[in-house]
Amino acid sequence: MTAALQVALVRVVTVAVLLGAWQALALSGVVYQDVVPPLGPIVSAAIATVLDPGFYYDAAVTIGEILVGYVLATAAGLAVGVVLGLSPFLRGAFMPYVDALATTPKIIFLPIVMLGFGIGPSSKMALGAIAGFFPVVLSTAAGLVEVEAVLVRVGRSFHLTPWQMVAKVYLPAVRGPIVSGMRLGLGVVVIAVLLAEIKFSNAGLGFRAIDAYNHFRIAELYAVLAIIFLLAAAVNGAMSRLERSFEK
Amino acid sequence: MSIRGPAVAILRRPLVAAFIALVVLAAIVEAAVAGGLISPLVVPRPSAVVLAIGKLWTTEDLPLAFAETLAEAVAATALAAAVAIPAGYLMWRFAALGRAWRPWLGALFAAPTVLLYPLFLVFFGRSHVTIVVMGALTAAIPIALYTLDGLRAVRPALQNVGKSFNLRGGQMFWKIQFPAAAPTIFSGLRLGLIYGLVNVIGIEFLIVYGGLGRIVSEMYDNFEFPEMYAGIVFIVIVAFLLFWLLERGESAARSL
Repeated sequence: MTAALQVALVRVVTVAVLLGAWQALALSGVVYQDVVPPLGPIVSAAIATVLDPGFYYDAAVTIGEILVGYVLATAAGLAVGVVLGLSPFLRGAFMPYVDALATTPKIIFLPIVMLGFGIGPSSKMALGAIAGFFPVVLSTAAGLVEVEAVLVRVGRSFHLTPWQMVAKVYLPAVRGPIVSGMRLGLGVVVIAVLLAEIKFSNAGLGFRAIDAYNHFRIAELYAVLAIIFLLAAAVNGAMSRLERSFEK
Repeated sequence: MSIRGPAVAILRRPLVAAFIALVVLAAIVEAAVAGGLISPLVVPRPSAVVLAIGKLWTTEDLPLAFAETLAEAVAATALAAAVAIPAGYLMWRFAALGRAWRPWLGALFAAPTVLLYPLFLVFFGRSHVTIVVMGALTAAIPIALYTLDGLRAVRPALQNVGKSFNLRGGQMFWKIQFPAAAPTIFSGLRLGLIYGLVNVIGIEFLIVYGGLGRIVSEMYDNFEFPEMYAGIVFIVIVAFLLFWLLERGESAARSL
């Protein structure tokens, strides 16, 4: 058996075992079927969700929030990352704060952005921007710090102008770290936006999930969560592919 | 000159500059709020936030809340380790499992697993169990990956020593492979604890239960904004200190 076939087999069996275990648990009567519905009702809830025009409105709200938050996060993260990466003094002064905030759970800042931006989509964009900022800033700064000194010296010995230094020396060297920071950033923006929607909102996919929970439409809750996961996995897969194509 | 020289030199030290930057920023915000440029309902005065930490300390028993959060994070990491270290071992022992699952685990690490918390609310309700299980879910991924990578990276020379002593499979694992992989597994546990803590605080905030995260949510709901900011500041400090201590602890342990 070839290795690729083996891997595929393991994966198929893994998924089958997980789904089978769920179904067995649902039908066993050990737990209430309201809490663990069988796969049938979940699939039909997923189909009903995808056929509901309101789902596309919610998806559009969430995607809009993610895009705005991500653009802000990337722009601010790149700008600050370049400054911190090039100045050892500013790095020493501000990196402790960046590190401290980067390790904090970002959802905890939701009350602050809601005081500033209200309960609507702009607070979700702001929280997404805050969350996505940190991976971009950290990897941009780290990428610049690690540009090899010898490359910089070669550039200097060719008397490159500052602009040429950026275009010929720094940019090619930091492209990889920046793209991987942007991939991580998108992931955390997605999480921050959806969590904020779950906590306080009146539209979006996160709202849809928590609304199903609050009205005890449990099959629909699982269906919406599964759809969110598939979308997030698709986005992450696309970004990983982009990252690999940059590395070549 | 002889007086100014050292003074300027001190100002140039990054950490001093960091502290000064923070004080200056706080003073600007203080003035902006006092002058009416920023509403105290959006950003309270920094001085009020500092005082509110003292108030939270007594009225909300901040140390106890911190202990509760930390206990949840440690429980989450222990639960994660109990599942993830054997899983990492299995992925190493059976290469097909490793090849099949490792990319999935990597993807899961970036996936919004924290969004699954309503699912666990359905099972366990608003309780410590929900918080610990959610924390364990994120903590398990780095622990499993580091266990696998640690075992994979055991140097062949060490294994050859084992072979030359005719060690059997079990002896080989416990005398050679596991000890050699242990430092990497500990790195995984450290990351697991940090990610677990982050998720624990986040879930506490979301379900308004438990320690530090709950306090922030309650203060927001009560419109006690200086106290809410104080809770957030406390969380930032705690998360950073723990991160720093674990990193220091690990490098100290390695240099022993």
